[in-house]
Amino acid sequence: MFQSFIGSLEAGIIFAIMALGVYITFRILNFPDLTVDGSFATGGAVAATMIVAGYSPFVGTLSAFLLGLVVGSITGILHTKGKINPLLSGILSMIALYSINLRIMGRANVPLLGQDTLIDRMESFFSHLFSSNYVLLITMALFVLIIKLIVDWFLDTEIGLAMRATGDNPRMIRSFSTNTDNTIILGLALSNGLVALSGSLWAQYQGFADVSMGIGMIIVGLASVIIGEAVFGDRTVRRATIAVIGGAIIYRLVIAIALRVGLDPSDMKLMTALIVIFALVAPRITASLREKKRKSDRRKSGSASVEG
Amino acid sequence: MLKLKNILKIFNEGTVDEKIALSDVNLELAHGDFVTIIGSNGAGKSTLMNIISGVLLPDEGYVEIDGNKVDHLKEYQRAPMIGRVFQDPMAGTSPTMTIEENLAMAYARDKKRGLRLGVNQKRRQMFREHLESLHLGLENRLTAKVGLLSGGERQALSLLMATFTEPKVLLLDEHTAALDPARAQLITNLTKEIVEQHHLTTLMVTHNMQQALDLGNRLIMMDKGQIILDVSEEEKKDLTIEKLLSEFERLRGEKFASDRAILG
Repeated sequence: MFQSFIGSLEAGIIFAIMALGVYITFRILNFPDLTVDGSFATGGAVAATMIVAGYSPFVGTLSAFLLGLVVGSITGILHTKGKINPLLSGILSMIALYSINLRIMGRANVPLLGQDTLIDRMESFFSHLFSSNYVLLITMALFVLIIKLIVDWFLDTEIGLAMRATGDNPRMIRSFSTNTDNTIILGLALSNGLVALSGSLWAQYQGFADVSMGIGMIIVGLASVIIGEAVFGDRTVRRATIAVIGGAIIYRLVIAIALRVGLDPSDMKLMTALIVIFALVAPRITASLREKKRKSDRRKSGSASVEG
Repeated sequence: MLKLKNILKIFNEGTVDEKIALSDVNLELAHGDFVTIIGSNGAGKSTLMNIISGVLLPDEGYVEIDGNKVDHLKEYQRAPMIGRVFQDPMAGTSPTMTIEENLAMAYARDKKRGLRLGVNQKRRQMFREHLESLHLGLENRLTAKVGLLSGGERQALSLLMATFTEPKVLLLDEHTAALDPARAQLITNLTKEIVEQHHLTTLMVTHNMQQALDLGNRLIMMDKGQIILDVSEEEKKDLTIEKLLSEFERLRGEKFASDRAILG
């Protein structure tokens, strides 16, 4: 029981990297990017294939990140230069990547059993420094925090500010000499780089890469962003990025509990979709209920004063 | 400083909706000129602004800024030279970002954006000093989100953002039209102050004739895509709204028609 709790935390932290990527497109650029489903699997495919081929897991993981950058920029180019609608550009990349991922792996599944992965390296390196059952968990948490700090820093730089304004008020930032095509492409590249990095770590963590491992990832990412913002708040970028990480972890815990209660693993995509739907709809319903209550309260107090 | 030569712009050319927005417009502004533009709806004032800023490209003719032709430059490439304030107070700022972040984006207008932090102590101090010149107390709210500001405050901030890097040309597109009279007056006064302080070459479109007469050293009247009247500083001094309207009637043989022109 406890071990599976730790497992969920570890998984949540790996997925948090992907959720940070989704945050960049969905919230910062205001661009619902569906490339994620493809690029997550691309990350896993590249890392697994290279590790099996004998490359160092560092090289494999870094390559996954770099290819993610490329894949994201292609979606960006489709949208900005090809003038294709954001959703469709993402879907096109996602579908194309399915074939590409199969090409990279050469088959639908690449096992990593007995291979030296980055996860093993981290675990053995840090267990020299301190010994604990939580070595991997702590190491991964530090890794994600570093990524969060880098994302925070980037979004505060001159280029980062221009990127945030691109999602917020593109007309305004163009009048301040920013080529919004470039900021969109850069944002999509970074986002998918993080997603592919997350995919490569996930493949190394679970011990295999699978061509279908990315299916539904965009919804998992969205669920993490929305849950995180709802629970931890999103007043500033720094706050939102830590919230997104928290959201990813909560999501994994919820899924773990659902499985424990006896739900079938194959129902998890439905669960995830329901969580996102709930998170999107609930605020509106509570707001309209609050509004109704406010009005009826006013009517009551109004009629009371007439009577009095 | 700013020169427009034989500008022609036709919308929907070759269709039933064809509209000649600008025809053979010539205009030249010397350094430090502050020109107000009035004209009825559809006279081509906004099209003129969009041609100068590069949002639209002219069908014929060219635009020169500081002696250089800019027709091959896109909007974002001209932006280092051009400051612009829009009519909509929401248009000139980024609502989810803070006041200092908005200023940082404006500050980077004529510089190459890099991986430096947008806001640092030194810049924050500079932003604070510039904000003080607005007399709105915004210098004490550097980390407030711009979406929380009132329309007047946002427009004042937009004006500051458009001007404090001293662009070669400042375009004001009815930037007080969406504000209540008190706020509009505040922004008008600020405009006057800032333009004089930096000697900015300014083109201001307005529907408010009194504003057009009060501000600037030159007045232009447009109608149906053409400049029909160009009043110099000397003549402008004893110009009144009545004279302006009768001048329009004399030139066009009809009454000045605009549902939005404000006479007072």
